[in-house]
Amino acid sequence: MDVAVADVRTAIVSPTFGRNLRRRIFNGLGWGLCALTFLLLGGAMLSILILVFLRGFHALDLKVFTHVTEGTGGGLLNAIEGTAVMSFGGILLAIPPGIAAGIYLAEFRRGFLAPSIRFLSDVLVGVPSIVVGYFAYVTMVVGLGWQFSVAAASIALAIISLPYITRTTEVALRQVPTTLREAGFALGANTGTVIMRICLPMAAPSILTGILLALSISVGETAPLIYTAGWSSYMWTGHLTKEPVGYLTYVIWAFITEPFESAHALAYAAAFLVTFFVLLIGVAARIVLYRRAGANQRY
Amino acid sequence: MAFRRLIAPLASIVGLSLIVIVVFLGVYAWPAIKFNGIHFLVDNNWNLGSLYANPIVKNGQQILPGAEYGILFLIAGTLLSTFIAVLIAVPFGVGSAMFLAEGVPAFLRPWLSFFVELLAAIPSVVFGLWGYILVIPFLGKHLFPFMVKHFGFIPFFSGPSGSGYGLLTSGLVLSLMIVPLIAATVRDALVARPIGQREAALALGATRFETLWSVELPGVRRVIIASTILATGRALGETMAVLMVSGNALNYLPTNVYTPISTMAAFIVSQLDSALEDPTGMAVRSLAEVALVLCVISMIVNGIARLLLYFSGQERMEAGAWM
Repeated sequence: MDVAVADVRTAIVSPTFGRNLRRRIFNGLGWGLCALTFLLLGGAMLSILILVFLRGFHALDLKVFTHVTEGTGGGLLNAIEGTAVMSFGGILLAIPPGIAAGIYLAEFRRGFLAPSIRFLSDVLVGVPSIVVGYFAYVTMVVGLGWQFSVAAASIALAIISLPYITRTTEVALRQVPTTLREAGFALGANTGTVIMRICLPMAAPSILTGILLALSISVGETAPLIYTAGWSSYMWTGHLTKEPVGYLTYVIWAFITEPFESAHALAYAAAFLVTFFVLLIGVAARIVLYRRAGANQRY
Repeated sequence: MAFRRLIAPLASIVGLSLIVIVVFLGVYAWPAIKFNGIHFLVDNNWNLGSLYANPIVKNGQQILPGAEYGILFLIAGTLLSTFIAVLIAVPFGVGSAMFLAEGVPAFLRPWLSFFVELLAAIPSVVFGLWGYILVIPFLGKHLFPFMVKHFGFIPFFSGPSGSGYGLLTSGLVLSLMIVPLIAATVRDALVARPIGQREAALALGATRFETLWSVELPGVRRVIIASTILATGRALGETMAVLMVSGNALNYLPTNVYTPISTMAAFIVSQLDSALEDPTGMAVRSLAEVALVLCVISMIVNGIARLLLYFSGQERMEAGAWM
């Protein structure tokens, strides 16, 4: 890097034909390589999206939404239901502690608790999801005797979602102007009222983006569910424990290696549904954020 | 203050869950840790023993005769595939970020950046599906034989070229999963640089690329390092994509880049079923030890990145919520 700086400096101060040529090559080559990396990245990604959407769209029919899985054929109704139940269960469990931790980190920064929670939460983001899944297997599926169940799977997904909700809540609350808090205190409100009635409503759209993000991660997770949710080709009967449930990502992973056309079709259909939903949430979250940015400018 | 005391216990759940995970895995794996000792990390044999024989007692632990648990091949597979992934992902991520920040026509920038950020959200099992359907046949039938023929003189690139499942394939798929993370973060940091420096460099007669390369890129060095470390942590723990493209080798150290491998994360998924066959439970506890080792490695990697960010005075990067 230093060589390049020196080169540029010399070339600018005292240009010669050779230096100019070298500079030209450096510039052209640099832009060329940058463009090449981006094109390769974009090309590979387009190839994934085209594969999933083209084959997945062909595999979609009404039966996918109305029938349960029979062997390696049938529909995906049971898996769609299971994914929805476990993801929402995980999010519902993660919201209270996640938002509480976000509030604590943003509003009560003094003391040792806030830095420790922040550090632990930041490290928890990096803990592989399979480790969380194995933890849930050891403690809940085996230890508590819940067996493969919605409860164990939802708790595993909740642990994975927690740090994302914590972080977005903290960042959102920090963006609330201090003057609003001071106005609240001046009116005689106490800390709890100021946070719950003034700061949280202001920060709500950004917190919602975090929750949506956690939801999309939950929907796409596979590894932590394999040994907590198990697999079932029946509809969920409402038992929280001792009943395995189906989910979409399992179908992608397990059915694509089966030798049957019907299994492949289901795998592509499941991949289509999962990817479509994840991208949809991404777009929705972005719209919420842009609206928010617009509102801030008006404010 | 009452409010603070009210939410503190609820808030602590977030931090406690990490501690609880480590403690419970440690307690559950303790018999395996005592039985395996250091052999676990340096030996290369994962052997459940004779499943039909009566359990025997060895080192004070009940095990199956002949049972041994050494995961050197997993450690090698995990570290090597992550190394290849990061080696590819850093230049690609930084190059894409530079292109997105300055190279693309202005009206396309928000759209392409948005596209890259969305890609970071694609689930790992979809990457696995893509690798299994498109990448493996292409690499196994065309690219790997070609590489053996023409680049075989480079160490570790000589044949046999294998079937397409293996170390290099895992590294490539992993790198594709972490490039969007690095690209999105570095791009945001580049765009957030103070405009004065850029203008000063341009006013001195530097071209746009020279400004980007010599002025702006050194300014975001810390972000590049931190996002690389965090992406490394991501690659270390990636499960489904690796499970579907690595070939799931057992007790097998890679001899060239085409060799089938397995990683710690993928191994836990692929082996739990057979580990459950062990009536003494030692196999399941040894898998818990694998999970514990993986957890500790990723905690160290992440902790280093976090401390680097805290102490460098870098604001917690807000754009990439994945971090």
